[in-house]
Amino acid sequence: MAHISRRKFVSWGAKGMALATIPAIFKFNPAMAFSPGLTGDSVLEEYLKHFSVSQELIRKTMEAALSKGGDYCDLFFQHKIDSYVALEDDAVNKAYTNVDFGVGIRVLKGDQTGYSFTEEISAEAMRTAAMTAASIAKSANPGEIAKLGYYPTPDYYPIKTKWEDVTIDRKIPTIQQINKVMHETDARVIKTTASIADNSSYILVATSEGRIACDYQPMVRIAGNCTAEFNGKRESNGFNLCERNGIEFVSSEALNRIGVQAVRRTINLFDAVKPATGEMPVVLAAGSSGILLHEAIGHGMEADFNRKNTSIFSDKIGKKVAEDFVNIVDSGKNKNIRGSINIDDEGNDSQETHLVRNGILESYLHDKISAKFYGVVPTGSGRRQSFRFAPLPRMRNTYMTDGPHSVEEIISSIKNGIYVDQFTNGQVDIGGGDYTFYVKSGNLIENGKLTKPIKDINLIGNGPDSLSKVTMVANDMKMAEGGWTCGKGGQGVPVSMGLPTIKVSAITVGGV
Amino acid sequence: MKTKDRLELAHWVASTAKANGATEIAVDIANSRGVEVEYRDGQLDKIKESTQNSLNINVYADNKFSGHSTNDLRRDSLGKFVKEAIAMTKYLTEDKFRQLPDSKYYQNIKDVELDIIDNDYDSIDANQRVKYARDLQSQTAAKSDKIISSTAGYYDNDSESVKVHSNGFEGIRRQTSFSIGVEVTVADKDGKRPSDWNYATTRYLKDSPDLDVLSSGVLEKALAKVGQEKVASGTYDMVIHNRAGGKPIYPLLSPMGARAIQQKRSFLDGMKGEKIASDKFTLIDDPFIKRGMGSRHYDSEGISTRNRTLVKNGVLQDYLIDSYYGRKLGWEPTGGSTTNLVFEYGDQSLEEIIKSISHGILVTSFMGGNTNGTTGDYSWGVAGQLIENGQIVKPVSEMNISGNLIELWSSLVAMGNDPYMYSSVRRPSMMFKDIKFSGL
Repeated sequence: MAHISRRKFVSWGAKGMALATIPAIFKFNPAMAFSPGLTGDSVLEEYLKHFSVSQELIRKTMEAALSKGGDYCDLFFQHKIDSYVALEDDAVNKAYTNVDFGVGIRVLKGDQTGYSFTEEISAEAMRTAAMTAASIAKSANPGEIAKLGYYPTPDYYPIKTKWEDVTIDRKIPTIQQINKVMHETDARVIKTTASIADNSSYILVATSEGRIACDYQPMVRIAGNCTAEFNGKRESNGFNLCERNGIEFVSSEALNRIGVQAVRRTINLFDAVKPATGEMPVVLAAGSSGILLHEAIGHGMEADFNRKNTSIFSDKIGKKVAEDFVNIVDSGKNKNIRGSINIDDEGNDSQETHLVRNGILESYLHDKISAKFYGVVPTGSGRRQSFRFAPLPRMRNTYMTDGPHSVEEIISSIKNGIYVDQFTNGQVDIGGGDYTFYVKSGNLIENGKLTKPIKDINLIGNGPDSLSKVTMVANDMKMAEGGWTCGKGGQGVPVSMGLPTIKVSAITVGGV
Repeated sequence: MKTKDRLELAHWVASTAKANGATEIAVDIANSRGVEVEYRDGQLDKIKESTQNSLNINVYADNKFSGHSTNDLRRDSLGKFVKEAIAMTKYLTEDKFRQLPDSKYYQNIKDVELDIIDNDYDSIDANQRVKYARDLQSQTAAKSDKIISSTAGYYDNDSESVKVHSNGFEGIRRQTSFSIGVEVTVADKDGKRPSDWNYATTRYLKDSPDLDVLSSGVLEKALAKVGQEKVASGTYDMVIHNRAGGKPIYPLLSPMGARAIQQKRSFLDGMKGEKIASDKFTLIDDPFIKRGMGSRHYDSEGISTRNRTLVKNGVLQDYLIDSYYGRKLGWEPTGGSTTNLVFEYGDQSLEEIIKSISHGILVTSFMGGNTNGTTGDYSWGVAGQLIENGQIVKPVSEMNISGNLIELWSSLVAMGNDPYMYSSVRRPSMMFKDIKFSGL
């Protein structure tokens, strides 16, 4: 076995460090994968070299995986490098890295799944894992393997420099700048933290249907948080920006904005009140309010729940679920957005999928199992946290497109209600349809005007009910800017969401 | 790799680090293997088997600190890993508080058997695992014709970690766990499909509840949700079912931590010795419960654990102090995390508590929401049962409760006698007086 380094430490301190410690991985240049001059074969060759495998070894492993009669198998190779640098008490005094490497092997027999993985890429270790996954099937006739071939992918997240090539001395000043801005913005700020987290994930997916696809998936998240003290009271809040992007995303302007927003959002909480309890009209601001869609409809449209008949949306395809002007999309193709994927983790094309078109429920989000079950083309929604997990149908970037109303019309239509614009988390009960999301900040609406700020309230509703109560949609669609992670079945995957300003005529508000 | 190989590797990593410029180093090497089996609607749905390794180092060099982990445990790779980790640590800012704990905190490990290893683990075979899931699923399915779908699961895990600190700590921890349970979805009106689960996690396979108890339990829970809807906003007495009872307890723990105090993000800052809950609330951290899910001899910093009372009759006794933030605050470290949380239990059963309520809501599950650790404000979604005159009358859902944690815990009027045993937080059912619910 050739050695594969799973570490990327040199990037932290390449300046002045002995280059003799450059691991083998530096010989691999994923930027080549984006280079139009390269033919597909050389991209594939680079990735195969990266994982120290050959097409022959992949095929041999597939033969073992299907030796007990499985219908289908796939191999998911992954090499992920995470880095996190943080500032606390005005010092950049902690940093963490994690390097993860392995291959997951999945065998399907009908809708049954056998899964195993190994952290060691050798013929023997892969064979053992393949035989474990194979045991889901119990037949003497081995499954078929098509001729393997490279399948090129588009590039929805072009970046200039890979994260492993960004040294720590370039990251440190970014969080120092956020810290400086936070302190300068308001003297009531008493504590601050700032962090920059990035990762690179190299994947290679090979399926027994013959497809081999590769991808380089970057991510960056920069955050500022602070605590302020005023009249004996303390409040904390923060702001972060996150994209599948490179260091070029971390502009001075972005850093200033993070610092200023973190402080403003904290200081605003001192004046905040709690709304009254009960049902009331809610205006969701453009942007991360798309969390409503994620919880109220997105999860319920993931096809695994539907093929098992356990979602509240199981019998609603083709039915009217919302006003004509409501269109909801889940897409993996938005440029540099956190939930975008060039290819899904089963090697399917990324897609823009209409969950709701003109108020009518159109399509579920499919992985290979459910697409086969329903006899449709996979929607490119098969995603997994890492090589340690079998893929599931998951959301990517979920958003509503623009509607016919204006923001002014929407707010002025409400006598007593709330306007919400910052959130921390949400949850849904797939079968019952109840969903919640937690509002960090917003405003009261009184007589058609935004008035006092509000904070720390939970909203709870029922998915199909709330969709039918989307009575106005404005024309200012915006994607969320922060780093959202969706959890399901014990797996976290990066997602985003978006929304134009909309009005939901009644949601239960957790007031006091 | 065997235990002694892991230990030897950890010492080798530590000495390599010292030889390459680390002042001190902590090394953790972990191995975990496990199997998952799921059986759904009469068919095997999923089998997953895995073994994983990880190595983590915390590097201290010239008062600078960083942490690094990898799953590549080959010695030649680790040599480079360590050198590069030390090289990059030097780019950070000096922080004199970053040190390993004083070795005196490693001493006096309590000599008590925790009994957290089921030595039969290796003799469990694939068929036996599948049988648990299959039998539980078929038993459940046979018990009601309202079931749309049921999935039973069997999960086990055997893990070992070794820990070596360059200033004299060495520890080995092995533990097993087993989770067996079932999830059902049942039919309701308007296309609603309420679902619920009933899982139990134990250290020994033989301590798992009878499959009959698990299957009857899950059906009772799921069927109780049929027809649930929100009721009027207003003030109700609240009973929290023991299964759901972790929700109001977990948000107390982070604000009790030294980090939150030092970073001024804790509503419990300055509250030591003060009343934060009613007299009924006594919270004890007990690391030495036999077969406890949170039992341990030492914590993640190598600090030996001890039994401690965190809240006594509503008065906050102690914070959770790790060595780093403890040093920043000038406080002795006591251990920054909890182990098994137990309570002073009451003498009433859940049924007796319900009988004592004239107008209330039994909360059987929480749904989302969050807590502001700086102010103690919370807002959570709830579902459960409406209680009128001591009787459960109808299922409710899609409601919220909101307020401040100190206010909430001060309204605690009764602790049940029924600790939930399948968690490291052994909470009983609890009753709170006059809680404001938001609904219609």
